Amino acid sequence: MSYIGTNDKQAQAMLDKIGVKSIDELFAPVPKEIQLTELLNLPAALDDISLQRHLRELASKNNNTEDNISFLGAGSYDHYIPPVVDDLANQSAFVTAYTPYQAEASQGALQAFYEYQTLICQITAMDVCNSSMYEAGSALAEAVLLARDVTSASKVIVTENVHPEYRSVLATYLSSLPMTIETIPRANGVTDMKMLGEKLDDDVAAVIIQQPDFLGLINQLDKIADIVRDKKALLIVIADPISLGLLKPPGSFDVDIVIGEGQPLGIPQSFGGPYLGLFAAKEKYLRRLPGRLVGATVDEQGNRAYCLTLQTREQHIRRERATSNICSNEGLLAIRAAIYLSAIGKSGLKQIANLCFQKAHYLANKISQLDGYELKFDKPFFKEFVIVCKKHSPAEIIEFARKAGIFAGVDLGRWYPELSDCLLIAVTEKRTKEQIDNFVEVLGQIK
Amino acid sequence: MNAQKEEKLIFEQSIEGACAANLPACDVPEIKPDYSIPPQLIAETAPELPEVTESQLTRHFTHLANRMMSVDANFYPLGSCTMKYNPKINEWAAGLEGFTNLHPYQHIDDVQGALELMYNLRKYLEEIAGLAEVSLSPAAGAHGELTSVMVIRGYYNDTDRQRDRILIPDSAHGTNPASCALCGMHTTVVKSTPEGLVDLADLAEKVDEKTAAMMITNPNTLGLFDSNITEIARILHDNGAQLYLDGANMNAIIGRVRPGDFGVDIMHYNLHKTFATPHGCGGPGAGPIAVAEHLREYLPVPQVERKDDKFILDYARKKSIGQVRTFYGQFSVLVRAYTYIRALGAKGIKQVCENAVLNANYLAKCLQTHYTLPYNLPCMHEFVISADRQKSRGVRALDIAKRLLDYGIHPPTMYFPLIVPECIMVEPTETETLETLDYFIETMQKIANEVISQPDLLHSAPLTMPVRRVDEVRAARQLDLRWKKEK
Amino acid sequence: MAVPADRKYAKTHEWHKVEGDIVILGITDHAAEELTDITYVQLPEVGRKVSAGESIGELESVKATSEFYTGISGEIVEVNEKLNDEPGLINSDPFGESWLVKIKPSEMSELDKLLSAEEYQASIS
Repeated sequence: MSYIGTNDKQAQAMLDKIGVKSIDELFAPVPKEIQLTELLNLPAALDDISLQRHLRELASKNNNTEDNISFLGAGSYDHYIPPVVDDLANQSAFVTAYTPYQAEASQGALQAFYEYQTLICQITAMDVCNSSMYEAGSALAEAVLLARDVTSASKVIVTENVHPEYRSVLATYLSSLPMTIETIPRANGVTDMKMLGEKLDDDVAAVIIQQPDFLGLINQLDKIADIVRDKKALLIVIADPISLGLLKPPGSFDVDIVIGEGQPLGIPQSFGGPYLGLFAAKEKYLRRLPGRLVGATVDEQGNRAYCLTLQTREQHIRRERATSNICSNEGLLAIRAAIYLSAIGKSGLKQIANLCFQKAHYLANKISQLDGYELKFDKPFFKEFVIVCKKHSPAEIIEFARKAGIFAGVDLGRWYPELSDCLLIAVTEKRTKEQIDNFVEVLGQIK
Repeated sequence: MNAQKEEKLIFEQSIEGACAANLPACDVPEIKPDYSIPPQLIAETAPELPEVTESQLTRHFTHLANRMMSVDANFYPLGSCTMKYNPKINEWAAGLEGFTNLHPYQHIDDVQGALELMYNLRKYLEEIAGLAEVSLSPAAGAHGELTSVMVIRGYYNDTDRQRDRILIPDSAHGTNPASCALCGMHTTVVKSTPEGLVDLADLAEKVDEKTAAMMITNPNTLGLFDSNITEIARILHDNGAQLYLDGANMNAIIGRVRPGDFGVDIMHYNLHKTFATPHGCGGPGAGPIAVAEHLREYLPVPQVERKDDKFILDYARKKSIGQVRTFYGQFSVLVRAYTYIRALGAKGIKQVCENAVLNANYLAKCLQTHYTLPYNLPCMHEFVISADRQKSRGVRALDIAKRLLDYGIHPPTMYFPLIVPECIMVEPTETETLETLDYFIETMQKIANEVISQPDLLHSAPLTMPVRRVDEVRAARQLDLRWKKEK
Repeated sequence: MAVPADRKYAKTHEWHKVEGDIVILGITDHAAEELTDITYVQLPEVGRKVSAGESIGELESVKATSEFYTGISGEIVEVNEKLNDEPGLINSDPFGESWLVKIKPSEMSELDKLLSAEEYQASIS
């Protein structure tokens, strides 16, 4: 199999036309001594049937979240994806098109991106939104670089309850720049307001808050915004888009930049990627935004049309002075998110958020009544919470539950030594009362 | 694609109370949110999202899809983008439930199939590059570049701190200088010779004790393989610097030439170009990087490894630059690329580059009667022509591009690289039939004749798309980046 | 369009016109044409001290950006705010309404180093 479009006879006619005897002659500019004399050492080609069998075998070596009951979260969630989302997002006209540089031949994608930008602005209450970043971690790093550009300050304040992987990515991005990260520890589970106030001097470019945070807790964003307001620093909020069906949007708290992981918006968990980096901001940062932007305009006959705009911010024009180096983004997943948000609509987002909230609280309440478990923090949470495992280690619980077909949660000891007896548990709208009760029962059975 | 009347925005189609998803009622006892959440943090009303039925939603996004050109429907010879056919078995594989419904923090024993696939893909890409180790983490080509510059910087932080300058040829992709700038590296431009290759004298002059690396695209963006590549590598290595390969054009050489064999120390791949994963209107792609032995320990974490009979994710690499993204990579894109490599095998992969090069040379040869070919043949997998003859008649490359749309062909890359006036950069790829290639040649000839006979037609093209030429100036002057209800 | 004789030109295509003790600076029609339709102008801050040859702002079109430079040292005393709303003025009236900045020079004689209209015209043809 080769997916080649011409046969040998045609190839020969083409060579004749070009005026060479063989393909080898076309490779004449490549020095002989660096050309391979043998085939690469790769496994033999597989026919379609063998290939399908092989991939099915590989896929079946995994234990998936559909055949089991998953309470895993921590940045990737088992939310419901309506089949209509898969169907519409997988249309080959979207899947196999390039970046819509040729506006006249790409009105469909351009309009979908324009709708995506609007939808994200609607849920976050921000002014502008770009047409996607890779995922939340690198989106956060880019947000910080924007803040650095605006403020010329050299420090970033991040709370300990920001996703450890996002913080790790941020650290990587900043390691080559004259910037430092100050991590403030949690007080009573959430952001230490006092320490935040103390640390917030004129050399701080950004304050980063995750809402709900990595541990599922809801921070007092109103109070945090009050502390940051009138300071030089920008306030960056990492939002869970589903939570915005219940929580007041970050834009209503004078937040400068909202970034987030768009995976909950109809995107499969896919072992961590590809995901969708959300990036929305106040209008005044428009010309500093990374990534692509779609604008509405007209064609030469005055009909409504769309095109990429403000491209002068981008690398292909401004090169080393570009706002970012991003080129390929997550376009198809932005379209997917637009389809998802349009599918569930105003009432659906509210309902999904409420289901997550109710079911998470139901489970938290049940677990805390079990012998050997208690809730770690007495703070408001949304769809995710931390339990202390007093009798068994989180690893033992995960192993035991796994055998009963349940993915119990994420072991927090990996990132937080002080939480090494803790499990992070997420509950989405997909979990039924029966599944939740079953999980509680299994937790009670561990000997 | 068929021309249709304007498609209303989804917001303008909203029907109060409609919903395209049938969501469950709450089956657990409910509590009031303000029972635990401070009321000032609870939304009073839900966001003003559109409300549509499933059939409205389907019509809308089907209409939008109909207002697109795509590889599945059109010839798409976009230079340096490798818009080859995306085999459907790759999509099928990526959609397997055992891959899509995997959480990144599942128990390691529950994700062995995924890790095995990643590990083997890593090994294949190492073999294809002829380099020591591959990291699958980077999310896109530019992200791979950035990661690579970080790796280079990490290496010199240990060995020779003063090296903070990166050389790039004047024909380089814009992502090259932008990636360097993100890492606080300075760039110096190296000139091209009139033949479009790296000017060795200029290189020798500019390389010094502060040079960390040279970023090179080979074959370059003109579609030319730099025959001096081993000499370029020697100059850099003699000066203690690295040779970085922008792998955008790997489709020209896979299976026939290995970057590691011509002196490359570090490179990135674009799986969405060379390995047939779809472009998705801009993404997702994937940009794995490959490095030579001395750079291995600086690769990002986590790395997928094999330990005895088990696959693991290794975070314990002391000199690693760290994590460059959340989780492990663009997994479902990796599944597609893996499937592609397994379908082709070594022989199939070699055929890819040979036929890509054949098709490009055939087009270039046939187009040169009507357009200027600024560089001599043979080219590699792509080539540039200049519409300078047409410009002298008042028709620009842009007009030619727009006219191609009327013939059902997506235009080639225009105005890049910057060093060729009225540049049209054509990359046919190996998957096109001779009939399609000939249709493109005929069409380009027809357009060249139209330039002479009816230039005004070209200025007003396209005539058959859903919209006429789009006013990009107005879009930039009167910014309208989101719909608003008041409007 | 003829290049007005009442001003001095920089090789980087800016014109400088003296009005009392102030120098008004703009870009030439040649530069405006090369840039195509200007979509955005980034003007310097009033009060900024600049020296001859320094980049003081940026012009954008849909597909390009271009810096503009001052041919004279001094202090920016006024910028043309009108361009924020109507950047297209630079294309329609480059030598008139679309001036970019006014500078209070520290050394007026620096203008002598710049090109005359004739010299500039010769340099672009």
